[in-house]
Amino acid sequence: MTARDHIRNFSIIAHIDHGKSTLADRLIQKTGGLTEREMREQVLDSMDIEKERGITIKAQTVRLKYTAQDGEEYILNLMDTPGHVDFSYEVSRCLAACEGSLLVVDASQGVEAQTLANVYQAIDQDHEIVPVLNKIDLPAADVDRVKEQIEDIIGLDASDAVEISAKTGLGIEDVLEAVVTRLPAPPEGEREKPLKASLVDAYYDPYLGVVVIVRVIDGVLKKKQKVRMMRTGATYEIDKVGVFSPKPTDVDELGPGEVGFITASIKEVADTAIGDTITEEKRQTDKPLPGYKDVVPVVFCGLFPVDAGDFDDLRAAMGKLRLNDASFTWEMETSAALGMGFRCGFLGLLHLEIIQERLSREFDLDLIATAPSVVYELTMTDGTEMQLHNPADMPDVVKISEIREPWIKATIYTPDEYLGAILKLCQDRRGIQKELSYVGGRAMVVYELPLNEVVFDFYDRLKSISRGYASFDYEIIGHRAENLVKMNILVNDEPVDALAMLVHRDRAEGRGRQMCERLKELIPRQMFKIPVQAAIGGKVIARETISALRKDVTAKCYGGDATRKRKLLDKQAAGKKRMRQFGKVEIPQEAFVAALRMDGD
Amino acid sequence: MDYHRLDEVGPGHGFGIYVHWPYCARICPYCDFNVYAAKDRDETPLIEAICNDIAAQKAILLRSHSAPDTLYFGGGTPSLISPAGLSRIIATVADRCGALRGEITLEANPNDITPQRLAEWKALGVTRLSIGVQSLEDDTLAFLGRDHSGDDARRAVALALETFPNTSVDLIYARPGQTLSAWEKELTAALDFGAPHLSLYELTIEERTAFGRRAARGELVPMDEDGQADLYELTQQVCESAGLPAYEISNHARAPELQSQHNQIYWNSGDWIGVGPGAHGRLTYGTGRNATVCHRRPADYIAAACHGRVGWAETERLGEAEIGQEFLAMGLRVAKGLDMARLERLTGPLDTARLAQLEEAGLLSRDKGRLALTPQGRLLADHVAAQLSK
Repeated sequence: MTARDHIRNFSIIAHIDHGKSTLADRLIQKTGGLTEREMREQVLDSMDIEKERGITIKAQTVRLKYTAQDGEEYILNLMDTPGHVDFSYEVSRCLAACEGSLLVVDASQGVEAQTLANVYQAIDQDHEIVPVLNKIDLPAADVDRVKEQIEDIIGLDASDAVEISAKTGLGIEDVLEAVVTRLPAPPEGEREKPLKASLVDAYYDPYLGVVVIVRVIDGVLKKKQKVRMMRTGATYEIDKVGVFSPKPTDVDELGPGEVGFITASIKEVADTAIGDTITEEKRQTDKPLPGYKDVVPVVFCGLFPVDAGDFDDLRAAMGKLRLNDASFTWEMETSAALGMGFRCGFLGLLHLEIIQERLSREFDLDLIATAPSVVYELTMTDGTEMQLHNPADMPDVVKISEIREPWIKATIYTPDEYLGAILKLCQDRRGIQKELSYVGGRAMVVYELPLNEVVFDFYDRLKSISRGYASFDYEIIGHRAENLVKMNILVNDEPVDALAMLVHRDRAEGRGRQMCERLKELIPRQMFKIPVQAAIGGKVIARETISALRKDVTAKCYGGDATRKRKLLDKQAAGKKRMRQFGKVEIPQEAFVAALRMDGD
Repeated sequence: MDYHRLDEVGPGHGFGIYVHWPYCARICPYCDFNVYAAKDRDETPLIEAICNDIAAQKAILLRSHSAPDTLYFGGGTPSLISPAGLSRIIATVADRCGALRGEITLEANPNDITPQRLAEWKALGVTRLSIGVQSLEDDTLAFLGRDHSGDDARRAVALALETFPNTSVDLIYARPGQTLSAWEKELTAALDFGAPHLSLYELTIEERTAFGRRAARGELVPMDEDGQADLYELTQQVCESAGLPAYEISNHARAPELQSQHNQIYWNSGDWIGVGPGAHGRLTYGTGRNATVCHRRPADYIAAACHGRVGWAETERLGEAEIGQEFLAMGLRVAKGLDMARLERLTGPLDTARLAQLEEAGLLSRDKGRLALTPQGRLLADHVAAQLSK
């Protein structure tokens, strides 16, 4: 147990690629947390995907022992937070467990949209914030400009920002010193009071089971203690109390102000609730910690195995993922077009992408994902309310009195030469401009946008029109009633459930035409002519016809062509496996997703 | 591979020798065969390599193959080979493989056809000519990059028929902008030559050709699918009423005995030795069926096929599925269809639901154990093969 005033709990806020993980590694290295041999690149991001994409998905914590220039030894708890908006609640719980933050900004790139969202959260939590300029060794680094940006955009004093290069190790000592001298110690807690600790995050470890990251406010956490989770009501006996150094290391207890982990025979991560308050079973704290929220998925999509025989494997894989990720939900779904699969809910688009990628990578599953959709709120004519996760399930329109869709506040930060194109994109997606400001050759725009206009390809389009320079962040600001209609896509006169969508009435014709044109390209000609229609209720709003295949034959076929012919057949056979039989029509699987991509609009 | 299944393909179903002569006086812009400009090249090293390759490949076959049925000179332009060169190759075949039992075909360019050459070819034992007429319209011939006029072609065919009654004429149709009536006129004129065999090909734009590059640049617009289909259907009508029905997708003959014997070997999954640069072969011996490909570049081929060595750049042992697929794809092309029992012995039982679907769509018919494309099905031969393949 360390004296409270010798503890610093801090997190690092940074945009992707601005060097958060590298800095964390350097801090661990400098304080001797790992031997040279144990020091792998980016120790904290342990999942493959995290490493590859430079994104932290789960919060992690490391206890660093640092002897400062005043000769005293300090315990520095570094909390590594998920960096992405999809995990903003997790971020807020993490930040709540700290008293200060390092704001890391790439001195050659400057402040990005994502940085803003997280730094404002930290400011909301009353964090003391130390700006750190990274990559000052790069020729493109412009320290003065970036300092000015930090002051102008964020409103932080950047005059004594720490200038470092995490890559070369330059200035790391200054960072540690700044943590000790400029960040506050945890507020006074009372050792004697009933236990009050925050459940910061939890993850599944194959050896330890569910590991819960905790921050103690009052009281003491120790082995064999019986604790209660105030939100879920579950009680556990603590098996292990420890800290990450960064290896899990058992300690006798964790006292007020300390950060560490516990294990308590908890079966799955879903049994824990991020932001919950942990207290003693017999002697409860009077009030739970503020700020708890239920985590709800906002983006949904269907996931189906390419090979129907893989359904059980997919189910098992999702069960395993859920062990470690309680925010991802799923239920069985049967689609006429795609067979048996699951309707899955995610915290956001990145979360969706990560889960899809993990399913195919870690479990070697070939999947078809339907277009993402959002959660609509429906008020029925009889006054009841319902939530709609899947456009295919939309009730009869005559029974609906109002449909509300989620809206977001999007913050986009871009070099100003791309501003025109970005404004047009937002405008085209029914956006409402709220703010537009310039800081040193860069523009910041804030738009309110319907999430359903963003989920398909907004981010891809934004990246492509700004050549990757624009950064984007969003938060959900609530549901709004809109003139939304269900658009069905009929192929050969049959509605294809997996292609049904809710769309704004004013956008329906355009989207319908686009879908039909796209499907005409995507569905190969078949033995008969195939009408492709977009319809609202019984009314067809767009139509294309795929004419019948008339000729598919090689003119010359002799001895030298036999091999080529066979290879062509192999290719066709492989293509056939990727087709879904829909009535009499074969639809390539790619069509289900590709049809919704709106290139060039 | 089961020995019994191997009996379903191989020399028991025909055995031929294909000689590829890669040189041409001029390279046609649509041609994607392995061809090179002839210039004033000495033909001798290539003739020697081909003769050596024939002997070497036959040696590998040991006694599993008896005398070949057919010999085919294709190209390129094999009518550029000197009579002495042709004689060397024909003699090598007789010497190493045994006396031929059937036809010797020579592909010929109209400009190479002279009374003297015809007499020499006849004397060497050539029994059949296949003349690359391609079109009878002068402007079309210019578009196709041919070095002869329509009248040249007429004269050449008339002359050839005097010496070789079994002469075949090649034509290319479905050219950009070609109308039904223009093609009908041209085809009728070609039928009037009285040749007993026609090979009629839709112009196919291949990627690595001058036409392919022009099409990629948008300078050449291939005829659309429907236009091609209309022309194909017209072709069938015209030829049928002239007494030359199709016996294969693109081949028409006045009578069964006038069909190409050599090409039947390909469609029937027989065996053939392929010699000359880039030539493909299929050889069934020992415990398997092999696909062989010779070196494409003449210099590489000549360097490889010497001192008793074959000219192969690669060989591939075909698996059961591959043999079955070739049998299906090639066998469906002939009008009389393929032997279903043979196919099923190679591939296992056919998907009866698919079969019924294709029959119902009017693309396929089953009769006396044979599976054949209907006239309508011929236009969709590749599609049907893909539907039936596993």
